[in-house]
Amino acid sequence: MNRIYNHGSAVEIKNLSVALSRKTVLDKITFQVDTGEFAGIIGPNGAGKTTLLRSMLGLVPVNRGEVFVLGSQLTEIKDIRTRVGYMPQRQSFERRFPLSAGDVVATGLLSAQTLLRRLPGRDGKVKQALQAVGMENYYHRPFQDLSGGEQQRVLLARSLVKKPELLLLDEPNAGLDFPAQQSFVELLRELKETERLTIILVSHDLISIAPAADKLICINRTMHTHGSPTEVLQSPHLDEAYRCQFDYLSSFGEKEGWKQ
Amino acid sequence: MSEILAYGFMQRALLAALLVGILCSTISFFVVLKRLSFLGAGISHTALGGIAIGLVTGLDPVLTGGIFAVGTAMSTGQISRLGEISEDTVIGIFYASGMALGIALISSFKGYYPELFSLLFGNILAVSRQDLVVMGIALVGIMLFVLLFLKELLMICFDEEMAVAGGLPVGPLYLALLAAMGLTVMVSIQLVGVVLVSALVVIPGAVASRVCGNYRGMLAVSLAVGLTGSICGLFISYFYPLPPGAAIVLVLAVIFAAATVVRLLFERKWRLQYSQDK
Repeated sequence: MNRIYNHGSAVEIKNLSVALSRKTVLDKITFQVDTGEFAGIIGPNGAGKTTLLRSMLGLVPVNRGEVFVLGSQLTEIKDIRTRVGYMPQRQSFERRFPLSAGDVVATGLLSAQTLLRRLPGRDGKVKQALQAVGMENYYHRPFQDLSGGEQQRVLLARSLVKKPELLLLDEPNAGLDFPAQQSFVELLRELKETERLTIILVSHDLISIAPAADKLICINRTMHTHGSPTEVLQSPHLDEAYRCQFDYLSSFGEKEGWKQ
Repeated sequence: MSEILAYGFMQRALLAALLVGILCSTISFFVVLKRLSFLGAGISHTALGGIAIGLVTGLDPVLTGGIFAVGTAMSTGQISRLGEISEDTVIGIFYASGMALGIALISSFKGYYPELFSLLFGNILAVSRQDLVVMGIALVGIMLFVLLFLKELLMICFDEEMAVAGGLPVGPLYLALLAAMGLTVMVSIQLVGVVLVSALVVIPGAVASRVCGNYRGMLAVSLAVGLTGSICGLFISYFYPLPPGAAIVLVLAVIFAAATVVRLLFERKWRLQYSQDK
């Protein structure tokens, strides 16, 4: 088996197949995301986007293929966990939970290594992460009292609190109104520069992600197309993946000056 | 008051109410946060199967019921974690099967089981020194577990997916929490009985969630409510012809109703204030 890893890439996936409950969810997925890139994984509902993201964290069993994350194979995922930030889908957490914004961010510091131990430098790290997302004044505010957009920023701070090199985000824009989506994606672009992050964001919403992404990867159970946003939006494979016509988007992308 | 405490059985009952009050309100905090209320009812009713095994075989029914309660709690967590069946379906099956086993055994082995009525409806006044020792050991063990793993348990209740992704031992910690819940239910059965015990592991946390916005306050209020309910219920049952179990649960229900009314009044006041400010 070919085990060559490209050193310029933050994530490299080769011929990945995943089956859950005896059903093939992903098949023959191959792509790479270079260090410092902002990549968007797009596809219709049920395309396997979340499973693909979770496979990068070793949270789903891989049937075939190889996954390299920050130069390590999934078998060594324990060693790189602190270098990867993760923001799961909105429905994964309890919206009405009695924690302050600061407490929520601090949960991002927990790991197997912190069991039975205090969290060293907790407050400083939490404040820094909240500051990075413009929420430094929300440290003591009850998480359940925040708006959807503010909660998303706090959860983003949680995924940044360990100072990761790679950030994996699962549908962070779902349920937000359009201005909140735009502001969130803009924040991600800023963080990519200031924190020198590689970002992989899963979304079914092309419009909110395409303007900010360096690369789009379009899947629907299998690989359909990948490349710059303009290339992907002009590709006939996009229509196949979504099973609908995207003609108007290709010209929209050119007008808006999306990445060629 | 001093006259009440002159009786040995009342001293033991008061100590039992204190121990069980602390234990149930601590577990209740997690039951409400993790939405496990139905599991509380499921565990207690399934325990009837274990209690019946104890009664017909001559073993200690609290021990056999305890094994059943902890086994049910852990099996529910383990089976639902496999992802094929939802947690409430598993609880529903265990709930009915445990009850059916209990009824079948008790009706098949004809005999006189004086403890059965106490275990069904509780009899705090019959608590022995040995029972207090068991309650004390359960309290120390469970409080130690909660204190040592509080931040991890909170994380699991808040966002299990992130806890797994962060590398926390979510499966073992969750199963241990369920086992603690099973144990709590079983030692509390002597206080209020199989039929009413689920109220003790639900209402204190539910009241706290109505009035507190942070977990530290919620834990403190849950503790205060649990202790108030169990001690007030015990004293009410001394002065009025009410079974202690029922009195304790009724006091807790009144506290919950009061907390709900107070919250509604405050919400109305906030809404009025907000609309005036605008």
